[in-house]
Amino acid sequence: MKALILLSGLGVFSLLAEIFNFKKFLLPIVLIGLLATIGVAAFDWDTQIQYYNNMMVFDNFAISFTILLLITCFGWLLTARSYFVEESSLTDHFALVLFSLFGAMLMVSYNNMTMLFLGIETLSLPLYVMAGSQKSNLSSNEAAFKYFLLGSFATGFILFGIALIYGTTASFHLEGIAKYVASVNGNVSGIFVMGLLMMLCGLCFKVGAAPFHFWTPDVYEGSPTQVTSFMATIVKTAAFAAFFRLFHVCFSSVYGSWADVISVICVLTLFIGNVTAVFQTSVKRLLAYSSIAHAGYLLLGILGVSALAANSILYYSLAYSIATICAFAILHIIQQAKKTDTIDNFNGLFKSNPVMAVAMAISMLSLAGIPPTAGFFGKYLLFTTALQKGHNWLVILAVISSLIGVYYYFKIIIAMFYKKSNAPESILITPAQSAIIVILCILSIAVGIVPGLFTGIL
Amino acid sequence: MLTGLLIFWPLVASVLLLFTRGKNTKTLALSAALIEFALALITWMQFDSTAGTQHVIDFWWIKSMGISFHVGIDGISMVLVLLTALLVPFIIGTTFNHSYEKPSLFYSLILLMEMALIGVFVSFDGFLFYIFWELALIPIYFICLMWGGENRARITFKFFVYTLAGSLFMLVGFILLYLHTPGAHSFNLTELYKAGQAMNEQTQSIVFWLIFVAFAVKMPIFPLHTWQPDTYTVSPAAGTMLLSGIMLKMGIYGILRWLLPVVPEAVAEWSNLVMILSIIGIVYASCIAIIQKDYKRLIAYSSIAHVGLIAAGCFAGNMQSLQGAMIQMVSHGINVVALFFIIDIIESRTGTREIAKLGGIRLVAPVLATVFTIVMLGSVALPGTNGFVGEFLLLTGLNNYSHTMVIFAGLTVILGVVYMFRSFQTSMLNETNSLTKGFTDLKSNEKWVLFPLAGLIILIGIYPKPLLDISEPAIKQLLEHVTSGLN
Repeated sequence: MKALILLSGLGVFSLLAEIFNFKKFLLPIVLIGLLATIGVAAFDWDTQIQYYNNMMVFDNFAISFTILLLITCFGWLLTARSYFVEESSLTDHFALVLFSLFGAMLMVSYNNMTMLFLGIETLSLPLYVMAGSQKSNLSSNEAAFKYFLLGSFATGFILFGIALIYGTTASFHLEGIAKYVASVNGNVSGIFVMGLLMMLCGLCFKVGAAPFHFWTPDVYEGSPTQVTSFMATIVKTAAFAAFFRLFHVCFSSVYGSWADVISVICVLTLFIGNVTAVFQTSVKRLLAYSSIAHAGYLLLGILGVSALAANSILYYSLAYSIATICAFAILHIIQQAKKTDTIDNFNGLFKSNPVMAVAMAISMLSLAGIPPTAGFFGKYLLFTTALQKGHNWLVILAVISSLIGVYYYFKIIIAMFYKKSNAPESILITPAQSAIIVILCILSIAVGIVPGLFTGIL
Repeated sequence: MLTGLLIFWPLVASVLLLFTRGKNTKTLALSAALIEFALALITWMQFDSTAGTQHVIDFWWIKSMGISFHVGIDGISMVLVLLTALLVPFIIGTTFNHSYEKPSLFYSLILLMEMALIGVFVSFDGFLFYIFWELALIPIYFICLMWGGENRARITFKFFVYTLAGSLFMLVGFILLYLHTPGAHSFNLTELYKAGQAMNEQTQSIVFWLIFVAFAVKMPIFPLHTWQPDTYTVSPAAGTMLLSGIMLKMGIYGILRWLLPVVPEAVAEWSNLVMILSIIGIVYASCIAIIQKDYKRLIAYSSIAHVGLIAAGCFAGNMQSLQGAMIQMVSHGINVVALFFIIDIIESRTGTREIAKLGGIRLVAPVLATVFTIVMLGSVALPGTNGFVGEFLLLTGLNNYSHTMVIFAGLTVILGVVYMFRSFQTSMLNETNSLTKGFTDLKSNEKWVLFPLAGLIILIGIYPKPLLDISEPAIKQLLEHVTSGLN
């Protein structure tokens, strides 16, 4: 709770910076504020304090995902400094980011459906604005509009689902719903299942799972690259944490009514994401489709509904976020230098900028799931979770789709290390940017070598 | 302790090499590899083949997932660690002829691969085995991609995806075994043995095929071999030597350690089919080798043939065939590294690998011709060479299993003579031509590599006992695991 207060205070504070004219110091202040928030959140470990009449609970699940979100945002801020420049209302941008993060934290610690709705909206509304923040760019406007329309529509689905579930269970609280399901011994009425499926549709939209994924490539491509990086990591992490919490607490006893649906969605997501990414020439769109595929892998974790599943979603989100932030940071640097984001811009990168090339290669390997990177161990955890529940065929299909995934990740690696480039001057990159990228790479491998620190927490 | 040094010294050396300047990198890499070889020799001196697994390091890595860092050396591992530690210095020695771009990265990748290879051979935890198995793929991929021949992007990528596909299926097989281990799940080797042997035959068969696919792609076994000839041909010489000399032994080792004792009932059911596939591979690859025009591709196909025989021997499942497999792994490793180096020498002197364009090299380079003869005779398994010891044991063991199979498998010897002698005759004998007239004989750094290898070929051929003694108790124990699993 103190963490939430601190974070929202930071958001208001950055709005004040406009009036009181300390914009120069805002980035360091926000970074320190995030670190303080991490510390404050860690303080509440193992306490399970409830707030607002049990509408929110800070159990270990909430705290670990909160800390993950804060760390991700911290890393993102270090790579996305160019988004916060004097000319484009940087205080507004800071405030939007912080309020969006606040919504994400609500989404991982809710104990009541209304808090879930509040969290989703608080997360999404600033993002609609951030997606359209390049006002002169037509595709940015298109991205914002698409995201806003479709996002609101999906939230409508979630609300309707909540209403239907309330109609059958007479409770908004997650525990009340679980109690109802237990009291009818799993024979829930059709209206309940209908509500469940409505919420599933809305949440699948939020994470970008097929067949609700059509907004993802256009929104990711149209938004400024830094915002895409934020969306691909923090929004996904928060949405999956919310997804898991809902299904684990309330719906795990009615597993049969939704497991098949999610299995089909998982397979569709994996194959649509991976196969379409193969044909992309724009790296930004390729990474967008690959993030759809990663949503597919995370859905394997949702099917788990066990402590192992919670751990695997946490770990995979961590591994995926590190690799994605690094990849988008490098993409942004290249985009600034070469004006477009096609794969050809990566040709011969190893000769001109070896540090960037190796960092990108390690991020690609982590996303593809090759040992000893963190991405491999994340995939392994998710496969084990699914196999433990007996979804053997699903895991075989996931393995096949990750082989398809290797193809486009390696297209980038081959371009960097093998192809010759037409413009071989080395790209200007500040030492600070290099340092961040190197640290993220080392983290990718280090988290993969000592995963024991992160598994077994939940 | 020694095991830890054996695994992590190449890693340390690999990182250190990244910071060296171009001129010293070669010698530093060679020294690092020689230190590793010294470590392996020390381990051999202290090794007692009757005392089971030695130099064990075992501590929890990820306790909640049942994964431990469990490494140790038993008879089978000792032979392969010696082979790896022996061949890598020679392979680095063969690169002294060339000057590579970015040598610090090149040699760093070679040493990183050595670490992964040794790790595979000493792992006693299933997950750790998998990590090292996959880890070995990354350096060789980059070696082939950055320093290979024409059209290498597509070919190396096919190699990578093919191998990765096999490995991922093996991972699923391991996870299934893990979930069947009793109590708190674990990846420990003995636990996986118990889990596999306790399964019913149908589940064992599924796990068998899932795990076997990885090994079948790695060796390779017909019909999963299509990646091999292109990849071997397009790699730089050092890459091909790493692939054929050591990496394919990972597949054979995997069968011995992680397949035969794990799912013995499934092995008993499917070994006939697998042996037939291996023997088809032997005859098929030998026949194709005969019509090859490119020398490197010819040796690549001959490698498929030799490995087919080793694989058939593994599945024949008796003492002679398994011991034959062990020593043939060493012999084939030495022979094929020497063969690929000789072809590399020929290519760098004459500019071509086409056999028809060569001729009469014996007249201008008699030392090379002599060494080539010794290596060639080792490859075709003339008595007195290391190849003979291995192939004889394998064929004897195969004969114990089935008389018809041994007739077809024995064709490898005859067909081997055809393609090796024919290509030798065309390139080394007869008259010299414009390409080969100016062929200089072996330089001193080349002699430093080829003479010891040729010496080993004869030495192991005459006195194979020390090598056979290392692995015999371990193979006996392996057979006991298999028979106890069948009961």
